[in-house]
Amino acid sequence: MTAVTNHSTTTRTTRQELTEPPLLRWGLTAVVVAFLTLFLVLPLVTVFIAAFSKGVVPYLTAIREPDALSALRLTLLTAAIAVPCNLVFGLAAGWAIAKFDFRYKSLLTTLIDLPFAISPVISGMVFVLVFGRNGVFGSWFIDHDIRVVFAVPGIVLATVFVSFPFVAREVIPVMEAAGSDQEEAACVLGASGLQTFFRVTLPNIKWGVIYGVILCNARVMGEFGAVSVLSGHIRGLTNTLPLQVEILYNEYNFQAAFAVATLLAFLALVTLVLKTVSERHLHEPTR
Amino acid sequence: MSIEVQNVSKRFGGFDALKNISFSVPAGQLVALLGPSGGGKTTMLRIIAGLESADAGTVRLAGEDATDRSVRQRGVGFVFQHYALFRHMSVFENVAFGLRVRPRRVRPSNDDIKRKVHELLGLVQLDFLADRLPSQLSGGQRQRVALARALAVEPKVLLLDEPFGALDANVRRELREWLRRLHDDIHLTSVFVTHDQEEALDLADRVVIINQGAIEQDGSAEDVLQRPATEFVKDFFRFVPGSPVYPGKTSVKAN
Repeated sequence: MTAVTNHSTTTRTTRQELTEPPLLRWGLTAVVVAFLTLFLVLPLVTVFIAAFSKGVVPYLTAIREPDALSALRLTLLTAAIAVPCNLVFGLAAGWAIAKFDFRYKSLLTTLIDLPFAISPVISGMVFVLVFGRNGVFGSWFIDHDIRVVFAVPGIVLATVFVSFPFVAREVIPVMEAAGSDQEEAACVLGASGLQTFFRVTLPNIKWGVIYGVILCNARVMGEFGAVSVLSGHIRGLTNTLPLQVEILYNEYNFQAAFAVATLLAFLALVTLVLKTVSERHLHEPTR
Repeated sequence: MSIEVQNVSKRFGGFDALKNISFSVPAGQLVALLGPSGGGKTTMLRIIAGLESADAGTVRLAGEDATDRSVRQRGVGFVFQHYALFRHMSVFENVAFGLRVRPRRVRPSNDDIKRKVHELLGLVQLDFLADRLPSQLSGGQRQRVALARALAVEPKVLLLDEPFGALDANVRRELREWLRRLHDDIHLTSVFVTHDQEEALDLADRVVIINQGAIEQDGSAEDVLQRPATEFVKDFFRFVPGSPVYPGKTSVKAN
């Protein structure tokens, strides 16, 4: 009994020594809450207020506009191509970097980060230079009647480029933390490379992969700079949602601009829900 | 299945991990690779398994040259120092793994896998934990799961890297006895790496002492303890009862 009392007293004193004075605690909490409100909640609320400023009917009209729908379709199409590409790339790069030692490994790691370091507008212009009429492959594309720049392929390419590091960046540290022990064990037990990857490596890094895909997807749908350079802004054809928002905004059609912006906000919310659902499933014991 | 290691050398960068090592393990023997940490024992074990390749020399399994065979083809069982259990799989699935990844034509049926896994879990006395995840087990239990998993593929050779290294003293002793009994029952050619003198002497039929990448002595427990071949071996056993230089009663008796 005495021992228990002593123990709890010790814990209490330690805990008191480890916490900050109330004033500081409340102060810091207030800073965080104020910051969140100002920079996250308020803008989101504003988007919705502005979108519904003229009522529900104009809102619905704005998002049912053919140009808006086509922009939504293009954004979803781009995501459907870019995210799987970057998933495969990210896994392959992560696998190579985390599990093997080779020359120029640090160079590869740096290259993967390149899209983070370069301004998206610059990357867009690079793609125009490479794939455009006067670019490296320009004449070949003209000969074969393929349009890359100012068309959908260019938009997809630029998006893949700027969202390239997300999956790899998330996967590499998780893979490195898991080490190679379990893979070695799988090999000794007779598993092939692919079996090892799908049965051992992938389940161990699942959380990192899903998180990377979600971040990648968010970036893909929101990408503006690079896509803006490559799209050519052809209404109903090469406008993604962010570009459509900009066009409407520049035409002083604020209500419609914010209405289309809510579509992007909805896509972001869907992404968040998916993330929550996947996390819940991930914590269930695997069968 | 016998193991023969002939003139194996291995360098890591500028460091000689193994210098021209040769020894052999006759079929059915339990041999300890004993020596101080960093001496090359684990590297030697990994070369036998095929997890590491030798720069020079050959490894023969059952008389056949296996030097160029991949890990998968060598048919060895390996128990890793930190067990390397598959964290996301239940104990049952861990043990079943080696059977499930077989090519379809040689893969046992689900029922056969089930029977075999329960049999092995029974052997390591863990059948009641089949549905647990490795993270829910104690160190000693994990060790035994790792052993059952290695045995599931019916290896011709069992290799164990510091099998009791991460366990507390009592569990260690218990498992040691248990492994000795298991070996007496199934007579599987086994090699284990340890830095613990008593463990090696207590458990192994033969002890190979490796220091700084070279073999200091290769002989029975009695040989290496009582008739050390080199100054290093003599010094290495100085605190073990029975050693000629042991500072106590035993050493007086031995003299």
